[in-house]
Amino acid sequence: MPVITYREALRHALSEELDRDPNVVVLGEEVAQFNGAYKVTETLLAKYGPKRIVDTPISEAGFIGMGIGASMLGVRPVMELMFWSFYSVAFDQILNNAANVRYMSGGQINCPIVIRGPANGGTNVGATHSHTPENVLANHPGVKVVVPSTPYDAKGLLKSAIRDNDPVFFLENTMLYGDKGEVPQEEYLIPLGKADIKRKGTDLSIITYGRSAIQSLAAAELLEKEHDISVEVVDLRSIRPLDIDTVLASVSRTHRVLIVEEQKPFASVGSQLAFMIQREAFDELDGPIHRLATVDAPAIYSPPVEIEQLPNPQRILKAALAAVA
Amino acid sequence: MQLTAEQKIEFYRQIVRIRRFEERSLRSYLKKQIGGFLHLYIGQEALAVGCCSLMGKNDHIITAYRDHGHAIAVGMDTRALMAELYGKITGCSKGKGGSMHYFDPSRNYWGGHGIVGGQIPLGTGLGYAIKYKGLKGAAMAFMGDGAVNQGAVHESYNLAALWDLPVVFVIENNGYSMGTSQTRSSAGDLARRAEGYHMAWASCDGYDLYEVRSVMNEYLVRAREESKPAVVEIRTYRYRGHSVADPDKTYRDKSEIEEYQRTKDPITHNQNQFLAEGVLTEALIESIDADARAEADAAADFAEASPFPTTDDIQKDVYWEADNPDKRTSEGRLFFE
Repeated sequence: MPVITYREALRHALSEELDRDPNVVVLGEEVAQFNGAYKVTETLLAKYGPKRIVDTPISEAGFIGMGIGASMLGVRPVMELMFWSFYSVAFDQILNNAANVRYMSGGQINCPIVIRGPANGGTNVGATHSHTPENVLANHPGVKVVVPSTPYDAKGLLKSAIRDNDPVFFLENTMLYGDKGEVPQEEYLIPLGKADIKRKGTDLSIITYGRSAIQSLAAAELLEKEHDISVEVVDLRSIRPLDIDTVLASVSRTHRVLIVEEQKPFASVGSQLAFMIQREAFDELDGPIHRLATVDAPAIYSPPVEIEQLPNPQRILKAALAAVA
Repeated sequence: MQLTAEQKIEFYRQIVRIRRFEERSLRSYLKKQIGGFLHLYIGQEALAVGCCSLMGKNDHIITAYRDHGHAIAVGMDTRALMAELYGKITGCSKGKGGSMHYFDPSRNYWGGHGIVGGQIPLGTGLGYAIKYKGLKGAAMAFMGDGAVNQGAVHESYNLAALWDLPVVFVIENNGYSMGTSQTRSSAGDLARRAEGYHMAWASCDGYDLYEVRSVMNEYLVRAREESKPAVVEIRTYRYRGHSVADPDKTYRDKSEIEEYQRTKDPITHNQNQFLAEGVLTEALIESIDADARAEADAAADFAEASPFPTTDDIQKDVYWEADNPDKRTSEGRLFFE
């Protein structure tokens, strides 16, 4: 099976869907001539031309809103946010218009738009560029929120997102763009809302997603080797819809839970998970639900300290030991 | 743009129908049969009628929350419009949108939007889609004079001009953004701001059907034929408060309202014009008015008799997938407790 990067996997997904559906159009800042700020869209302009690969001005509220309006008429825009952190300047368009228009029209209008881009810390770019808004986004009924961790998942989920008739917010990660993984040559789709058990284990369930899933796998390796603890890593892949059944099934096997997320802890995705696990699997728990999140402060710039603010294998390992104690 | 007598009568009828619908909804609102806000279009009727009368099959319209007039002008059923105000399942948005959120995509009417200026990027997107699909059409994106200071409006101007999108931005300037007059909120001429984007612009009065149609037609044709955007400011006036619930006496004098009513009322003005042309007769005027009142009453009766949505309806129309479970491709939980 070919081994390609997360970035290439995303590009292949875009390319296949551009081939498949003439209504698919890619828009965003620097996506065309510049080949993408993070090179996800590299070569697409040459292949598809300026009608389908469109450079936008730095004008997120304008161009995202424009994409939402176009999607109401059946265009399928895939909009790149150079950083998901910039969603705040398009907040009204994303979360008032895209999220609500179907509902407020009594189901008469669909909004098949994808907004994608990286949403992560860890790159020493300070608080303005390090937001992880998946909890904020997922708080809005009407939208879907996807956070892939591997090249295989990134491709299969992005293709599903583009075909979806509801607005899908697709949160990538600059720290993962260069990661490599096996991706089949033949076409495949991964349904949104289906979690993936990335590692089987018996002593502890780590519920996680995005880059935290990759780091949890590294921690699980150490826990196995150094502490003889068998960890199951459940990668949610999609925040909304949420595959809570896979989470609960894992909890009922291990009876111990650690949630790992690159979110600030207050009212995070993990908060919702913890509520649901205690509500629906209370009797399966042998101890309180533990959580490892980003240290609760705006993202610090200082490079060595930022590593410690975010989840990392050592912090996860420590939290896991506490969870099984 | 030669109009037949029948067309003129029809446009006049629409103006009257809007007025009577709005007056009837006001009565229901005061009786608390309608909740929330009620932003009445009284005084502005000829503007929506004139603009919407120019729409062809590939033309689209989007507006803000003072949206009843446009909805009637594109041909939506007043019973469904009134029922929406009453929060009934028979409403045009199934009782889920309310006064500010009317929708009817089957008539190319894309709302009805509550956030000042927030609909303008969407309207720009309608123009983008028209162009992308190679259709010969135009999008009319309406906003009030208060919206011109929103960033999203300027971002939309830039995109439309940069990419030659067939969008006519229409500023319905009724003189007040809520209780703040134009002179206290906006620097310079509103439509002239288009010059900064090398966009064509014009301004005209909104009480005269001929003037509205003539000016708008020029820019709509240009949008359809040459895919060029424009900004058109149409001066108008609202007789009621920003919303019915808002006090109306703090920021303008009653004499100002009376002056407009006396000199530029859309019904009186166009009526006089059509009477002078021999298109309307006193008898016809009376019957149009009686019909409009009866229609508004029937709409209110229909609304009153209609059922409310049920609590089971709360979670319908949220996701396409949830409403089409047999076609669902995603898995997992979509709704949470």
